[in-house]
Amino acid sequence: MSFFGFGQSADVNIVLDGQENRRTAEIKTEDGKREKYYLYFDGETVSGNVNIALKKKGSKLEHQGIKIEFIGQIELYYDRGNHHEFTSLVKELVRPGELTHDVSLNFEFSQVEKPYESYTGANVRLRYFLRVTIVKRLSDVVKEQDIVVHTLSQYPELNSSIKMEVGIEDCLHIEFEYNKSKYHLKDVIVGKIYFLLVRIKIKHMELQVIKRETTGTGPNTFNENETIAKYEIMDGAPVRGESIPIRLFLSGYELTPTMKDINKKFSVRYYLNLVLVDEEERRYFKQQEITIFRRADKVRKNYQAALSHHNPSLLSDGGGSGKSQYQNTEEDKSKEADGETVNNDEGIKGMI
Amino acid sequence: MTTPTATARISSKKQTLEDAYSPPANFLEIDVSDPQTHGVAKKRYTDYEVRMKTNLPVFKLKESGVRRRYSDFEWLRNELERDSKIVVPPLPGKAFKRQLPFRGDDGLFEDEFIEDRRKGLEQFVNKVAGHPLAQNEKCLHMFLQEPVIDKNYVPGKIRTT
Repeated sequence: MSFFGFGQSADVNIVLDGQENRRTAEIKTEDGKREKYYLYFDGETVSGNVNIALKKKGSKLEHQGIKIEFIGQIELYYDRGNHHEFTSLVKELVRPGELTHDVSLNFEFSQVEKPYESYTGANVRLRYFLRVTIVKRLSDVVKEQDIVVHTLSQYPELNSSIKMEVGIEDCLHIEFEYNKSKYHLKDVIVGKIYFLLVRIKIKHMELQVIKRETTGTGPNTFNENETIAKYEIMDGAPVRGESIPIRLFLSGYELTPTMKDINKKFSVRYYLNLVLVDEEERRYFKQQEITIFRRADKVRKNYQAALSHHNPSLLSDGGGSGKSQYQNTEEDKSKEADGETVNNDEGIKGMI
Repeated sequence: MTTPTATARISSKKQTLEDAYSPPANFLEIDVSDPQTHGVAKKRYTDYEVRMKTNLPVFKLKESGVRRRYSDFEWLRNELERDSKIVVPPLPGKAFKRQLPFRGDDGLFEDEFIEDRRKGLEQFVNKVAGHPLAQNEKCLHMFLQEPVIDKNYVPGKIRTT
């Protein structure tokens, strides 16, 4: 942005192709606000037009070249100076010269690889954006436009249940079972807790979904834990032989897919935390990692068809926002995330 | 989107009637009661009855009653702080002010004070005795079930058979 010097001499606007047919997706920005950007997938072409309008009609804009870049980068909040660009493509739009009137410049980044999903977290951010630069002698004119990328996974062939017996010797033995180890974002966790031995006075039991964002490597590893969901599954004191059912709908919570060692910079992992609380507020817990993935849904297939067959019924009927009838913005159904610390917790160890 | 089978309960073993209606295996009740002040004038002290009822197998006696004074509770707390891994809850106050002379009232032997202290000691001992990591400490068992506390005992854990 040219804040110094003579101020902006031109208005730059990036208009992506196929906007009427393209879904948007919400993502949080660094300051917690939610923004909607157009949604792209790996391998899709990113194309459109750069519209440059001269502020003062009849004026001239001298420049040393106009280019557009497609960038995918990871920003670690504690290391602001260094942006790790894992994808960087550039196209020269105009050779050095003079702009004498408004222009609309076409660009195309063909079948761009977008290996990771867009992510905004507590200490790290992964984003994709287009950047137009009008190079000038004193200060460049720069315009950025973000897009959101989702990575889709096939439904896993192997998705075994998680079943384990854990406890504290002579005090508490339970067997917990979760129906799967891999869940998609709108899935349901179905499970049960079976009590084998109860020699403590339990007050209630809850299931938590914990998100752990890991940034840094080796001795500089930093884990940020966030309790995304807390769901009470039992109130009162159970006895031996009782089975407590679990049914937890994930669509009600703000989740992302599991992200493992993204570009060797960060990870986002999810854990189910089973917590039992006794009458003296002592907490007994067992954490178990689960994999969360983003499933390809039917809407995407229709969108692909629209591109190749130009089916007019899939275009919007004029008026309003002009967005496709299949637009599916992810609503904000988040619950309060509680970053609690618990003292005097007894982890329930796995028993053979 | 989700079919009934996708969210149906996981089937589990049916609970036996015996398990459902037997007394729960976590019965543990400790009462601190019957404060008695012994001795005369400056050599007075108060002790309390500590009565325990339980069905936990870790305790040798299913019913016991012993008399303990405040300093015995302090001893227990110190032993647990040193030997066990638990965060030991606090005792009711030591009340130094009440031990000073020239008070208008009976100091440590005021009925109201003794009652407050009794409540605090009861809370303390229930909290501690119910903690799985304190339950196998010798000091706790001696405190609750031996008539006299042997301060020269060998600290350690109860070995569960």
